[in-house]
Amino acid sequence: MKSFVFPEFQIIRDEEKCGQCRGCERQCAFGTHTYDPVADRLISDNYKCVGCQRCVIFCPKDAIEVRPTPSFYRPNASWSREKLEDLKKQAETGGVILTGSGNDKPFRIYWDHIVLNASQVTNPSIDPLREPMELRTFLGAKPDLMDISVKDGDVEIKTSLSPNLVVQTPILFSAMSYGAISYNAFRALATAACKSGTYFNTGEGGLPLEMREEFGRCAIVQVASGRFGIDAEYLNCAQAVEIKVGQGAKPGIGGHLPGEKVSAAVAKTRMIPMGTDAISPAPHHDIYSIEDLAMLISALKEATNYEKPISVKIAAVHNFAAIASGIVRAGADIIAIDGLRGGTGTAPKAIRDNVGIPIELAISSLDRRLRNEGIRNKCSIIAAGGIRCSSDVIKAIALGADAVYIGSAALIAMGCTLCQKCFSNKCNWGICTQDPRLSGRLNVDIASQRLSNLLSAWSHEISEMLGGMGINALESLRGNRDHLRGVGLYEWELDVLGIKGAGE
Amino acid sequence: MPRIRRELYNKEICACSIFGAMNRNGERFTGEGVMLAIANMHVRGNGLGGGFAAYGIYPHYEDYYAFHLMFTGRSLQDKISAKKELDGFLSRNFDVVFDEEIPHRDESTVTDPPLIWRYFVLPKKEGDDAVLADEDYVVSKIMWINTKIENAHVFSSGKNMGCFKGVGYPEDIGEYFMLDELYRAYTWTVHGRFPTNTQAWWGGAHPFSLLDTTVVHNGEISSYGTNRWYLEMYGYACTLQTDTEVIAYAADLLMRRQHLPIEIVAKILAPPIWNAIDRMNDSERRLLTTLRMVYAPLLMNGPFAVIIGQSNRMIGLTDRIRLRPLTAATNGDMFYLSSEEASIRLISPKLDRVWTPNGGEPVIGELNSMRKVLQ
Repeated sequence: MKSFVFPEFQIIRDEEKCGQCRGCERQCAFGTHTYDPVADRLISDNYKCVGCQRCVIFCPKDAIEVRPTPSFYRPNASWSREKLEDLKKQAETGGVILTGSGNDKPFRIYWDHIVLNASQVTNPSIDPLREPMELRTFLGAKPDLMDISVKDGDVEIKTSLSPNLVVQTPILFSAMSYGAISYNAFRALATAACKSGTYFNTGEGGLPLEMREEFGRCAIVQVASGRFGIDAEYLNCAQAVEIKVGQGAKPGIGGHLPGEKVSAAVAKTRMIPMGTDAISPAPHHDIYSIEDLAMLISALKEATNYEKPISVKIAAVHNFAAIASGIVRAGADIIAIDGLRGGTGTAPKAIRDNVGIPIELAISSLDRRLRNEGIRNKCSIIAAGGIRCSSDVIKAIALGADAVYIGSAALIAMGCTLCQKCFSNKCNWGICTQDPRLSGRLNVDIASQRLSNLLSAWSHEISEMLGGMGINALESLRGNRDHLRGVGLYEWELDVLGIKGAGE
Repeated sequence: MPRIRRELYNKEICACSIFGAMNRNGERFTGEGVMLAIANMHVRGNGLGGGFAAYGIYPHYEDYYAFHLMFTGRSLQDKISAKKELDGFLSRNFDVVFDEEIPHRDESTVTDPPLIWRYFVLPKKEGDDAVLADEDYVVSKIMWINTKIENAHVFSSGKNMGCFKGVGYPEDIGEYFMLDELYRAYTWTVHGRFPTNTQAWWGGAHPFSLLDTTVVHNGEISSYGTNRWYLEMYGYACTLQTDTEVIAYAADLLMRRQHLPIEIVAKILAPPIWNAIDRMNDSERRLLTTLRMVYAPLLMNGPFAVIIGQSNRMIGLTDRIRLRPLTAATNGDMFYLSSEEASIRLISPKLDRVWTPNGGEPVIGELNSMRKVLQ
């Protein structure tokens, strides 16, 4: 059937510059560029281009430009080009439209409507280059009080403490499974987390055997509805266990790793046959209620000898704060909430673009809910989904998060350009693919260095902003909404965020 | 579902002078000296707030909680109606053994004084409240009054002690309440205030107090929002529109309710930096790491020097990087704390020892014995 959808991108090749080296042809796994030996020139097929910019960056002659096509349908406010084309594709295939990465729709980004405070006169700002600036953060349950006994000047702590994760900067790598991302990308995340004093999350695809000893100390292992790759050693080699209930990019539905991505190594790690689809059911089939979750939390604590904090990750949906409160009471030490703009390897577009609520509102309402119930110290909050820069991190913390997960941001640091074709197994950047020809492009050392650099840069910026506010320990900003003001927000939005308008 | 209104709280910002004098032997003296000392730091204030805490002033009512109440409002009518409501509440929840208007000099220069009254009370615990300890009961009732009765504020509530405060220079407030004539205390703490906003009100002056814990504070607490939500989880309502009250409530929570010694409390409010903790021996490192982990929301960040008064001690503490001044001195039984050494020298030219405490390191004057005080 002839497709009625025209190309998204237009490839412009400067024939003057092009040296017919065929580099672009090799770089593009989608087969966009082909060499015509007769004419001795490269031909580009706009229909195949996904706009990932790999050929542009790797062209030694800087001869290629990829830009959005100027072609257009008659402008129509209701029938945008995207709506029209999605409909055509479905008319042609009869299927669900799949996509990758996070929601790209123009929902209000609250980060960009919140401004930070700074000290003037009455309170000296602190120069982080001269004074200590402390970002160290503990993640896990804290007791209501500390019972101590003093004997001959020695202080003994009598309160039993829950295990906590310690991070040197409040930024962790979000769950991205081996299988969804390449081994090299996975290993780069692990390497950077260990180097930078933080944690990476294995996602639901298990942790390869040979990585456990070296990287277990900075791993959070996930238990998801597919239960892939879980054994006692997997749980115990890590520092924390996370039960994945939901994901911001696709709340309410499960996951599907296509068989093409299930290579021998992925199959071994996930403990499934090679080449079979790895399907995570929408719910955990042993969790149909909050008491079932409590039982799984207990089971995991039992399996890990009460030495690891247990995190529960849920998507931020309408009534999630009440649910999260129940999860804390069910024994979770950490609540990870994933907002509307959280990323994914694959999700139905209709779900990705329409389900869930923005993370900024979610952080604030969850923090308030737990405070009002007097249980805020019983758990830590890790916020995920749409964190793009250090100021997003610091705003998240002032709204009440203890730390943040970054997923898309980490991938972008490694080279990702958010082309949204993660499900295709053809990631030209070697990140989201199991094709050895492609994944080999990602050098673990370089990628992990880029990730460490990112964490270091953001930490410096967070320190600068903290010092500007006259605060020298991040914990003094947690839930400290007094340092935030809203610009261009409605009254109800300010109410939910719990912040004043600028100038108020 | 009703929408929860956002928290439009105000944090007042002020710089200040603080002074404290304590006779560690429990001998009492009038407020004359401390009034002189604080007047010597006149330029550190701007006349928009001054106040005193005095310990040992009500020996005849030592077993009763001494409530100092402030009734504010535009007209006398407002003040009297607030008092009526308060009187009703007090008579339902306490046995009031004596009450009177707090004496003052009418010819003083202070402006717009509220109606200020004191009540000596005992808890009258009934129903669900019967299981509460006296102090918890008193605190819960104070929180109720301060949040629910418009124009009425309990600003002092300990036994055998009292706070006196208002809008004006501290020496004028001392004059107004006749502290140099009517009262003898073994510990005095004083505050002169320089708020940066002009909407000064009498309740916003220091000291801030809860039961017998009083706080005078020079500085700004940048961690206020964080400290506040943590304390609210434990039932403390922050109503006085200032950051200082969180120190009083934190001290109450940690010392009275959780029984932590002051040395530990100081490490919670102004902990050592991680670099220092990481170099300590195992047991110290474990203790301080745990303290910072558990009590992170009570770290007081931003510049401050405080004098915390309690029945049996006076404590000086600065923030951990010491961004506000504090000088300590001793002379025999006398123990002094002051923003400036000159003020101490003014009333006690000869001193045994004068020193500047390190940031985050508490200086503590302990009362040798309560016996003298009770005579």
